[in-house]
Amino acid sequence: MLVADRVIAIAIMALSAYLMWHATALPIGWNGMTGGPGGGAFPFWLSLIMLLSAGGVLVRSLGQEKSSQHFFDGQMLRSVIAVVIALFVTIALIPLVGAYVALPLFLFWYLKIYGGHGWVLTGILTLGAPVFVFFFFEATLKILLPKGVTEPLFFPLYAMFF
Amino acid sequence: MDTLALLADGFATSLSPLNIMIVLLGVTAGLFIGAMPGLGSVNGVAIVLPLTFIVPPSSAIILLCAIYYGAMYGGAISSILLGIPGASTAVATTFDGRPLAQQGKAGLALIAAAVASFIGGTISVVLFTLFAVPLADLALAFGPAEEFALVLMAFTTFVGLGGDDKLKTIIMICLGLVLSTVGLDLISGQPRLIFGDMPGFYSGISFLVLAIGVYGIGEILYTIESSRTAPQVTPARITLRDLGDGIRTMNRMWRTMSLGSFLGFFVGMLPAAGATPAALMAYGIARSTSKTPSSFGKGNLEGVAAPETANNAASTGSLLPMLTLGIPGSPTTALLLGGMVMWGLMPGPMLFIEQPEFVWGLISSLYTANFAAVAINIALIPLFVWALRMPFTVLCALVMVLCIVGGFAPSQKMHDVWLIAGFGVAGYLLRKADYPLAPLVLALVLGPLMEKSFRQTLIAEQGNILAFVERPLSGTFIALAALFFVLPLVKYLRKGGARSIAPAE
Amino acid sequence: MIYKMTRRAALAGVASIAMIAAGATSALAENWKPQKPVEMVIMAGQGGGADRLARLFQSIIQKEKLSSMPVLPVNKGGGSGAEALRYLKDNAGDAHKIMATLNSYYTTPLRTDIGVDIEEFTPIARMALDTFVLWVNADSDIHTLDDYVAAVKASGGEWKMGGTGTGQEDSLVTAMLEKEFDIKVTYVPFKGGGDVAKNLVGGHIDSTVNNPSEALGFYQAGKVRPIVAFTPDRMEVFPDTPTATELGHDIVYWMQRSFVAPKDMPAEAVAYYTEMFRQLSETEEWQTYTKDKALMADFLTGDELQAYFIEEREKHAAILADMEGDGSS
Repeated sequence: MLVADRVIAIAIMALSAYLMWHATALPIGWNGMTGGPGGGAFPFWLSLIMLLSAGGVLVRSLGQEKSSQHFFDGQMLRSVIAVVIALFVTIALIPLVGAYVALPLFLFWYLKIYGGHGWVLTGILTLGAPVFVFFFFEATLKILLPKGVTEPLFFPLYAMFF
Repeated sequence: MDTLALLADGFATSLSPLNIMIVLLGVTAGLFIGAMPGLGSVNGVAIVLPLTFIVPPSSAIILLCAIYYGAMYGGAISSILLGIPGASTAVATTFDGRPLAQQGKAGLALIAAAVASFIGGTISVVLFTLFAVPLADLALAFGPAEEFALVLMAFTTFVGLGGDDKLKTIIMICLGLVLSTVGLDLISGQPRLIFGDMPGFYSGISFLVLAIGVYGIGEILYTIESSRTAPQVTPARITLRDLGDGIRTMNRMWRTMSLGSFLGFFVGMLPAAGATPAALMAYGIARSTSKTPSSFGKGNLEGVAAPETANNAASTGSLLPMLTLGIPGSPTTALLLGGMVMWGLMPGPMLFIEQPEFVWGLISSLYTANFAAVAINIALIPLFVWALRMPFTVLCALVMVLCIVGGFAPSQKMHDVWLIAGFGVAGYLLRKADYPLAPLVLALVLGPLMEKSFRQTLIAEQGNILAFVERPLSGTFIALAALFFVLPLVKYLRKGGARSIAPAE
Repeated sequence: MIYKMTRRAALAGVASIAMIAAGATSALAENWKPQKPVEMVIMAGQGGGADRLARLFQSIIQKEKLSSMPVLPVNKGGGSGAEALRYLKDNAGDAHKIMATLNSYYTTPLRTDIGVDIEEFTPIARMALDTFVLWVNADSDIHTLDDYVAAVKASGGEWKMGGTGTGQEDSLVTAMLEKEFDIKVTYVPFKGGGDVAKNLVGGHIDSTVNNPSEALGFYQAGKVRPIVAFTPDRMEVFPDTPTATELGHDIVYWMQRSFVAPKDMPAEAVAYYTEMFRQLSETEEWQTYTKDKALMADFLTGDELQAYFIEEREKHAAILADMEGDGSS
């Protein structure tokens, strides 16, 4: 727990420094000419406060004793990492093969392999979700989702529903 | 008298069989659109707008109002059931709505939200009917200084309280404010914090992206981890008795709800502010004036009722500057304004004089839409509650798909979907390390308004920082903000510091 | 099949699209039809003047059935339109994307280096030119341009001019005013034209340079007063307001409302959209709208439009150079 707390505090400090560096692209001081702070002032000084506060968290944790509680539970961590990887792979696939291939693949993986559900439930949801998404988002709300290489397959559908 | 006659004419139009059909259709559609994380009234209105060219304007405006109201009701549904605020106006609803759902009281929370929305909507429509024209002048009196003071007040009603780790709360507020500056610096017109010229950041980081990330994906990851050791979600159930109980409980909240309604209406009326600060202030005030502030954030029904009355009242309030001044207070009212222009109506001070049939037709359809929305909402609650009883792995998979699609929909950028995934993982880790997430989201919502109005004032006043307190209206708000900030401290001292202040989350 | 043909045309990189588009191509237009909904990218956020106009076009197209597929507006207003420009650049050859432009089409690439050259884009059609007028609160004593200049000079630089942001159209007109009359104002940026007009009526700022459509409601209610119009001739809606030109000051400024397409859009598609907007410009709704809102409906396509864009870009480069030379914000 304590180690994780320190690692996160250090990560926030690094992030703050990074943000401060980007903020300096615009003036960070009080500009007398235009009356008021420059464009970089808000992000710069707020990031500095963030940096100092995270430093405070780090210093505070140095005085604390090690607790027996672990930040991660080994087995649970594996499930979380599996889901995160699946999520990232799905998002990466969307622009390539389209949402209507990537999302059913994700559902299939999650329900059948990760969740251990039966074929019937998996089948209904894996096939039903894209149909619902198409009719709700595309046909009704006219919000087009990325199709990637599957785009030509949708031309007849567009002709029918628009 | 004149007003009443005009309103009666309006009702005659809006209660025709065709228009009642339109209202029911619009409200139901709005409800589902609003309940979808990522989608809100703006999506519904944008789709219907071109269609309204084909039907007569009186029916068109009824349809638009019905969708607008339906979506406002629907926003609470995703806040309560999934803990993902579907729109920034519904953030405050998650604070107590989510814990209630986890305790198996999702039905009760949904009833409270529906009833509160109805009360907020009704009180604000009455206020609108009576005072629309004179109140327009009040909206005009609001300049940048007043806007800043008001946002500051919204912030302090909320942040002044709370027993989370102080340092970590400060970090989260600053992070939210810094993220809110990403994109374009309005004052100099220069891009800033675009991280090596990534075009996806040009338009800044939208509230929805952060909220879907930390509350949607982050929450799922957190629940996945804790679900097998200790199940968190109690299966929800709903009976007719719950409905009666719910309404009886609501009966004791008149003070909170009327406060929320008035606050919502007046804050919503101000073009720059709108429903989000109104809902936050209503929640903050309900908590700080409550006898048991410590029960807030752990599933207090008043914590659902207060923001819901306020955000619905504010959505009516925000129609006021649009109609009387031609200034939209939100993207949705901007679209409505565009619709009016297409129908050949000129919003502005002359509208009430030149087009009374339209104005009062609109107001009467607000009444009708409000009634239809509460009825349909309560009728559908069992369906929503049933959805929560799905096996956890099924619910998670579907919510994640919704997060991806809902995150893509508003801006249609894959960039935002990646950000959602990133915020999800970061939110999960921060939450595990006891960083409070609510201040992060709030700061992102209020940050742009705060910075913009602060700098506008200083430019207009040649850098005179005292301008904020010298102007009577903004001075009053600053004083109130200071009061809200010290109030919990006073309470704490009076108790002799024996018991610590209520934790916020 | 049709899809393949479109792809091939795109890959071939037809160099003379503009030339073909300029000709009468209605015969060609019949051969090509959009295969999927057409994305109409808007260079501004939701609710602004540009957005409202784009959605009006969408409505008219839908009502008059000018397109076989729906036209769907998508707002990409980030970075004063930089986001939209980059998006269009990244979608070269796409036959289903068009962009509604305003003057940030020139100013944004000039002010910040975003790697976009607008000469590469395919011009479709210019629908209208929007006009600008100098406004003051109706309660003020200012009635003429001379009153105005005197009042600004007397304020010693504290005169508050509201606008929609540095680098935006109204800030350029403000800069031209400052240069012409040797005056200095404090420019206060707001989020949109409506917000600017409201702050003028509420007395939080002293004057604005608004499009007539944004201030017309307040004008009709007698809350704001037009001082001078930046058009060559007097405007029909404000017959008593002189133009800057007739007062001997050469300040004329327009806001163009046009449509462009990505680089290398297939020629058939360009012809289709050009024809679609030509029909749109002849509809009754559009004619009424331009009249009511004091817009100059000046339809222009193809090469002439591209030449116009390039000429305007030069003009804006000169104005921007002046602004930065002054060191004013």
